[in-house]
Amino acid sequence: MQSRKINISLEIWRQENPEAPGSFQRYSLAGLSADMSFLEMLDVLNERLTLEGQEPVAFDHDCREGICGMCGAVVNGQPHGPEPGTTLCQLHLRHFKDGDHLVIEPFRARAFRIEKDLVVDRSSLDQIIQAGGYVSVNTGGAPDANTIAIPQQTAEQAMDAAACIGCGACVAACPNASAMLFVSARVSQLALLPQGQPERRLRALNMVGSMDELGFGNCSNERECEAACPKGISIRHIARLNREFLKAALF
Amino acid sequence: MTLSQTLRSSVGQKILMAVSGAILSLFLVAHGIGNSMTFFGSEAFNSYAEKLHSLGFLVPLFELGLLAAFLLHIFLGLTLFLQNNQARPVRYQVEKSSGGRTPGSRTMPYTGVVILIFLAVHLVNFHFTDRAIPISEIVRNVLRQPLYALFYISAMAVLALHISHGFWSLFQSLGINHPKYNAALRHGSLGAAVVLSAVFMFIPLCTLLIKEFLR
Repeated sequence: MQSRKINISLEIWRQENPEAPGSFQRYSLAGLSADMSFLEMLDVLNERLTLEGQEPVAFDHDCREGICGMCGAVVNGQPHGPEPGTTLCQLHLRHFKDGDHLVIEPFRARAFRIEKDLVVDRSSLDQIIQAGGYVSVNTGGAPDANTIAIPQQTAEQAMDAAACIGCGACVAACPNASAMLFVSARVSQLALLPQGQPERRLRALNMVGSMDELGFGNCSNERECEAACPKGISIRHIARLNREFLKAALF
Repeated sequence: MTLSQTLRSSVGQKILMAVSGAILSLFLVAHGIGNSMTFFGSEAFNSYAEKLHSLGFLVPLFELGLLAAFLLHIFLGLTLFLQNNQARPVRYQVEKSSGGRTPGSRTMPYTGVVILIFLAVHLVNFHFTDRAIPISEIVRNVLRQPLYALFYISAMAVLALHISHGFWSLFQSLGINHPKYNAALRHGSLGAAVVLSAVFMFIPLCTLLIKEFLR
């Protein structure tokens, strides 16, 4: 079966290096297969740019199956594009109409540095993890599996939080560039499980402290993070983070 | 972590915002219930006001507490607004909601400033005025003037927008979020915001349009 062909015009943020000013460049692509993914469309554009002797568009990507958290750009004002629960690599052109105009911008936040074009340094999220997103494991013989009983519901909640792939879309979507959803997912995941108890207090304090130091904004309960998250992580975790932090700080 | 460090952190400020917001909300509810006496005639309203003022030293004590909550809420709100603006120095060319924001959440700082201006006018009209005149007369004197009535009605519409987000938001900030109760919390707080603002809006509306109101 012949796939549907569409034409798309693009407006992409081009920036040579972190210090360069950067600007939008317009490109138009004709006869794209609607079965193509969004990143494959950028591949097509880059092949053309390379053949024309121009600098290809730099963009982040790795697994291209929606699980690594590497890809991500803001498409027409929405991180990872208009499809809910979808990373940019899993967004396909079939969701767009022939003749659509797409503005592609990098994730923007003071705590994220634009390296080049759409490539964004999100290692500030890694720094937050280093501040507390870990558990202590004793050395010695491996413990037997299933020795610690965890209620199914609790395990599911922890798993929901652990679905975070650290892509940074929550920060990009937040009107305040806050990393609260990311931090809350990490804190929740470990606070819910017995393995996370020894560091529970310090984790909440240190991860929030690190988030504040790195220059992320404050949460004002706009709920854009939850709506933009490709893994559908709920702001229920932010409420839990608030409780965890307050308990740890006051007592 | 010291207490001041806690309260100055992002989560701490958010919790302070919620606590001061909760105090202001409770005041608003009490004020709304008190004001609804106007619908039962001038005598009911005046005797309510008299009873309130007969509480003696409790009144200035309460006013001071309220002033503190207001100052904290305003100061923190402005600080957070400025901090949040700095957290994204380069804005997006295209801004589009993914579906989380509401008209209320979007406009919090702006509606807050409008409410602050309203508050100043409101205090001049009703607090720093000749206390010898019965309160129902003061209300009539002010709100029989179309310009004031319209100002009060529009300010209350802005308040409705502010608390349409605020009433729900304060629960979330205080960590109250559970799938079992979330729908009730969301709809309940929105409903409370609508009913409360309607009560406040009907007073200038009735005073302006009904000749015998508060007579």
